[in-house]
Formats: sequence, structure tokens, C-alpha cells
Amino acid sequence: MSEIEFLSWVRGPGFQIATIIFVAGIIIRLGEILLLGRKTNLAEAKGSEMRSGMRTIASRMLPPDMETFKRSTFTITAGYIFHIGLFVTIFLFAPHILLIRDIIGFGWPSLPTQIVDAIAVVSIIALLAILVHRMTDKVLRHLSGPQDYIVWFVTIAPLLTGYLAFHRLVGSPVTMLALHILSVELLMVLFPFTKLMHTFTLFLARWYNGAISGYRGVES
Amino acid sequence: MSASLEKGINALKEQVDSSVASFFSSCVHCGMCAEACLFYTETGEPDRTPITKTEPLRRIWFTEYTLIGRLMKMFGLAKTVDEQLLADWETLVYDNCTLCGRCSMVCPVGNDITEMIRRTREGMAVAGHAPDGLIGATRRAVTIGSPMGVKVPALMAQISHIEKDSGIKIPVDVEGADYMLLLSSMEIMNFPEFIESIGKIFAKAGASWTISTDAFEATNSGIQIGVSDIAAELVQRIVDAAEKLKVKTVISPECGHAYMAIRWDGPNLIGKPFDFKVRHILEVLDEFRKEGRLKLTGKETRKLTYHDPCQIARRGGVIEEPRNLINLFADNFVEMPDNGKMNWCCGAGGGVSSIERADDGRLNVFKRKKAQLDAIHVDGIVSACSNCRIHIEDGLEEYHMDIPVFSLTETIAEHLEEN
Repeated sequence: MSEIEFLSWVRGPGFQIATIIFVAGIIIRLGEILLLGRKTNLAEAKGSEMRSGMRTIASRMLPPDMETFKRSTFTITAGYIFHIGLFVTIFLFAPHILLIRDIIGFGWPSLPTQIVDAIAVVSIIALLAILVHRMTDKVLRHLSGPQDYIVWFVTIAPLLTGYLAFHRLVGSPVTMLALHILSVELLMVLFPFTKLMHTFTLFLARWYNGAISGYRGVES
Repeated sequence: MSASLEKGINALKEQVDSSVASFFSSCVHCGMCAEACLFYTETGEPDRTPITKTEPLRRIWFTEYTLIGRLMKMFGLAKTVDEQLLADWETLVYDNCTLCGRCSMVCPVGNDITEMIRRTREGMAVAGHAPDGLIGATRRAVTIGSPMGVKVPALMAQISHIEKDSGIKIPVDVEGADYMLLLSSMEIMNFPEFIESIGKIFAKAGASWTISTDAFEATNSGIQIGVSDIAAELVQRIVDAAEKLKVKTVISPECGHAYMAIRWDGPNLIGKPFDFKVRHILEVLDEFRKEGRLKLTGKETRKLTYHDPCQIARRGGVIEEPRNLINLFADNFVEMPDNGKMNWCCGAGGGVSSIERADDGRLNVFKRKKAQLDAIHVDGIVSACSNCRIHIEDGLEEYHMDIPVFSLTETIAEHLEEN
């Protein structure tokens, strides 16, 4: 397979397969969660489930109380950096917006390339630091299994390959671009079946947390 | 597979609903829950990380309720629940968790980890992996009516002592009273002043109340050990008594999990809403305050703080009320760092105080409470849970700290205006 053929495969059939698995997988996962259902609370309510649930969805996006922040400073800071970094590089990078416009028919303004570039570098550094933290912190070592490292790899791979492809740093630019697209497809295929699903399920989890707590009159 | 293991697995399966599935699907193994748990912060043992305590339930969720997990189980690739796992997890789930709920407040993806551990206990207990101390307490609660083995004659003896000493009438089995007071065995045996205080306060407030001899015990070992059937039976006794006496409100006393059991879990356990209200004693006293029925005199100049019992505050929603009440008599009130819904547990809730082998552990994790207290240098601690109170007293003694611990209700009674 030539590098052009490789590129057209990852852009064509490869992308279609990955998209089908990604979308179908997410629907299956959300379905198997929501179909389980949940019993209605029969205790006299002290607060609204819906309001508290929605509130917690938003509040857990914000930094926690000082004590919690002090105790988990690295995790929280590095977490914010790479999540914001991923969001910016995926959704505010001009070539990505062009691709999205191609697929769904509309786009939005991009950030200047230099800014996205800098953010990508910061995100890569944050993810490397997160890996070192996971491998050295005793709680994280205790919690971590192969999936945690696989997920780390498929998250950093698109950032790295994208950066290398854009700057034409290593090898042929065409192969690098093909590898970049392939790494995204790998991410998409693993997404529904790993902890990457938290991207969607955290809205459910936070809602339930807020609902359980808010029903009893406590903001969580 | 042994019959008890099978029962345990079935019990775990029953615990999986859309909330549990969302929680397990969302965990990213960030480890922040460890830093919210005093059993980790005070020991540095990574296996005390809250989310790891849910492993038996996680395996059931994964292998039974996810497509990929089912496939992996089919090919023998998924970890399943066996006797060994449950045996290994017993001390983590019971001795090293007070169900305090602090982990649930910090989880960035929003997992209610405490609820997940509580549900894990359902499988552990049925499979025979609950601690002896809790099994004993639960057995006594079912057969005798009290986890400490307190029977009606003992209650009546205490009541007659109180009536003789104080000259206050303690109403028993009065039909049509507005309030029915529940008590923890601890209050009956160790802190009968609580009953006397209620007598004084309610007389002043002009509120009619009673104690039922059919159901006076507020605590619910079924909740702590994690057997919903037993928990439901204990709740039903209270419901029957409240309906028989036709009371409007049942009062949960100064006990953390008792409030959780009757106020929030109760109707769900028996499967129907109550015809009466359930209120914590602090909520009732705060109502009296609002209505001007609680007149206090004399201010405390001592520097006081308030310890929020987890099940009453963070898990129960009674946070403002104690502060409103303390303001009535305290001139020099200070909050601990991390108060209210973020307060740290005393270390002995969730059944831990009933587990003898956990005694050293609970005194060790009291270092967290000690650190909070060391930061404010108070002359007294006010709280509203007998179990917290006894354990805080134990802990203070262990660390040679000379600070008295008071019941909020009793302190209010001491400050009642004389006629």
C-alpha cells in the first residue's frame, strides 16, 4: 500500500468504520445504562431532584473547595489543562473545523493556529506529566490497570501525530497525516468500551449525584 | 458456587440501577476520592481509596450489565465475584468506611461513591461477610428490639428515674400526640439526660409528645450492615407504632444513621410513603425557634464549635438548623475548617463503632478530627449524634485533649428560660 492509498483508506473506509463503531457503541452504552432505570424516591422531598441534578452537572465542572484543591492540586490542575487543551485542539483548530463543516454542513470560527499550536504543546506536556504521576503515585498505581495506560496512549497519540504532521517534523507529511487520522480512529473505536465514555456518562453520574443529594436538601 | 455466595451475587445484582451504571461507567481512576477519605488520609494505605471498596459491585455491573463485560465473561476474560474477593473486601467495606459521604462530594465525574459502598454491603452481608459485631447488633435489633439489647423494662426504669429526679412527666404511649420521639439505645442507657431535656423543652414549647413502647428504638442496624429486609422490618415497627398512636410527626433523635434510616431510606425500604412526617430533633427545635416557642436565657462565653454528624448534615440535609440554634446561646461560636457539608467524619459512623476489631483504626483516623480541632482551640464541642459524641470523647482521651462534648438538645434545655 502506498502512502497515498493509506491516506485514502483512513480518510474513507477507515473513518466510516470508526464512526459506525463510535456512534453505535455510544448508543449501546447509554442504552444499557438508562434502560436499567431507577426507583422513584418515596421519602418526602426537601429539594428538587431536577434542579440539584442540573446544578451538580455544572458545579463539578468548577474547581472544588480549597481543602480538596490543596489535597489534589496536581490532578485538578493537570486535568483542567489537558481537557481544555483537547477541546481547543479538536474543535477550534481551523483544519478540523473545515472537516467538520464538510461532514455536518456548518462550522464556527477558529482560533489562530499559533495559539492552538501552543495549547497542543502544553496539553502534550500535561499528559506526559499525568502519565508519570499515574506511574509513581501510590493511590494511582493501586487503581490503575492496562486500560488506564491504553486510554492514555490513545488520547495522546492524536495530539502527538497531529503536531508532528502539522509541523512536518518526522517522516513524510502524508504518512504522518494518515497516522494522525488513524490514531483518531483508534480513539473512536475504543471510546465506547473504555473509561473514555465518561465524556458522556459524567452528565448522568453528576445528575444522579446532585439529585440524590438535592432531594435531601444538600447542594453537592 | 456456595448457596451464600449465590445469594450475595443476586443481592449485588439487585443493587445495580441506572445511577450505579452511570457511576461505574464514569470513573476515570483519578484517585481524588482517596484524599477525601479519612481512612486514606490518616493511614496512607492506597487500598482504602473509596472507589476500590466497590470492587465486588463493579464486577457484577461489568459482567452482567454491559455488553462488553458479558462477552468477556463468556470467554473467561472478566474478573468475577468469588468467596475470596468478598472475604478480602470485608474489612475495606465495613471497618474502613463510615459511609460518611465525603468522597461523593469531591468526585469530579459525580459518582456517589458512598451510595455504591452502601450497596456493596448488601451483597457482602447476605453472603456472610459482615463483621461479627454488626451481625450481633442486628440480631439483637430484630429479636429484642434494640442493638444494645435494651428492652421496655429498662426504658421504663430510666423514665421513672428521670421523672423522680426532675419532676417532669415523660409521656408514654399517648394516643394523638403531635410528636412521637424515637431514641437510640445509647441515649437510653448512657445519656438519659437527653430524654429529660426533651421533656423540659417540649413542656415549655407547649408541644404534645410521646414515646411508644412498641417502637422506641431509632437506630437501624439493617442499614449499617446492609440488609434491606431487616432494615425494612425495623422501619415497619416504627410506622406501625406511629399509625397506632396517630402522631403527626416522628422525631429522629441525636443519632446520625437513625435519621438516614427513618427519614430518607424508610419509605423506600417499606415501599410506600409515610402518612406522617419525619423530622430530626434539630429540625423540630428550629421550628420551635422560628415560632418563638423556644426562649433561652444566659449566653455561653466559652469558645464552642459544632461537629456536623455526616448522616445528619452532608447525607441528611440538616446543616443550617444547628447553627441557628447554637446562635441562641453561644457568644463565641467558631466553625471548624471544613464544616457543614464538607465536615470530616469522627471516624466511627456507618457501623464502625460496633466492630470491635476496628477500634484501633477508628482511634487512628480520629487524627483528622484532632487536626480540625487543633486549628481552632475551643473550650467545648457541640454535636447532635450520640455515636459521634462517644467516639469523639474516646478520641479526645486517646490524644490527651481535654475538651468537653455536649449534646445540642441538652445544652438548649440547660438554657431554657425559667418561669
